[in-house]
Amino acid sequence: MMQELSLNVLDVAENSIRAGATQVGIEVCEDTAQDILSIRIEDNGCGMTAEQVARVTDPFYTTRTTRKVGLGVPFFKMAAEMAEGTFDIASEPGAGTTVSATFRHSHVDRMPLGDIASTMALLICANEPVNIRYRHVVDGREFEAETRQFCEILEGVPLSSPEIQLFIGEYLKENIGALYAPEA
Amino acid sequence: MKSLAELQALRDKAKAQMGMREDAPDNIRILVGMATCGIAAGARPVLNAFVEEVAKRGLKNVTVSQTGCIGICQFEPVAEVYVPGQEKTTYVKLNSEKAAKIVVDHIVNGNVVTEYTIGAANK
Repeated sequence: MMQELSLNVLDVAENSIRAGATQVGIEVCEDTAQDILSIRIEDNGCGMTAEQVARVTDPFYTTRTTRKVGLGVPFFKMAAEMAEGTFDIASEPGAGTTVSATFRHSHVDRMPLGDIASTMALLICANEPVNIRYRHVVDGREFEAETRQFCEILEGVPLSSPEIQLFIGEYLKENIGALYAPEA
Repeated sequence: MKSLAELQALRDKAKAQMGMREDAPDNIRILVGMATCGIAAGARPVLNAFVEEVAKRGLKNVTVSQTGCIGICQFEPVAEVYVPGQEKTTYVKLNSEKAAKIVVDHIVNGNVVTEYTIGAANK
C-alpha cells in the first residue's frame, strides 16, 4: 500500500489523465476544529459505467493488460476506512469522474498527507496541456495553483524542462508549507 | 518564499536555449514508471532525483518523463533510458542515489550502469 496520502492522490489522478481528461481538479481540505481531512479528485475524462464504478474498488478488477490487478482505488479506499473516513466515486460515461475521500484528521491510523507538493509538481509538469488545478485549505488558509497560470508565464517554454520542474516543485513546497506556519 | 516573478526569469533563460530539447535528434529520454506499482515502490522521489540531477548539471538534451506500468511490477521503481542509436536500457529497483549515478555515468559519460539493469537483477 501507499505510505502517504499524497501518493494515493498521484495514483488516482493518473487515472484521470489516462481517462483523457483535459481538466483535473484536486482539492485537499484540512479542518482541525471539525477533525476532518478531505481529498477530492475530479476530472472531465471519459468516465465509467455504473458497472465499472461498482467494480473499481475490487482489487482484482482492472482495464489494464499489463497485469491482472488494479490496486490504486482499493488502496485509497482502505486508507480512508482505516481512519474512520468515507469513500465515494461518482462517475458518468462521457462526463467524468469524481473521487472523494474523508479521514478523521486526528485518527492514529490516518496516513500523513506527505509530500503533496511533489505530487502536484509532477502532475502539473508531466501532463501539459492537461489543466490541473490544485486547492489546499488548512483551517481557513488557502493556496491555489494551476497549470494554466504557469503556462501563461512560460510563454511556450515546456513545463517538463528539468529546471522549470525543479522550480515548480520548490514553489509549491514553500507555498503549501506556509499554510502550516504559525500565525505571525 | 519563491514567487512567480522568478519563474519569468527562468523562462527567459530557457527561451534562449529552446529548440535544443525534445525535437533535437540527439535527445536522450528517461522514462520512469508511474503506475500504482511504481508509485508504491518509490517512483516519485526517483523521478524527482532524475529531474534534479539533469537540471543541476544543466543538461540540455535530456528529457525526464513518466510512463505507465510496463508489467514488471516486482522490479519497481523502473526507468528506461533511450539514447538515440543505442539499445534501450531498463534500470530496476531504483532509488534517488541510483538515479543520480545513472545521470552521471550513463547520460553524461556514456557508460551503462550494468549493476542496476534488469539483466543484472535477473541473475
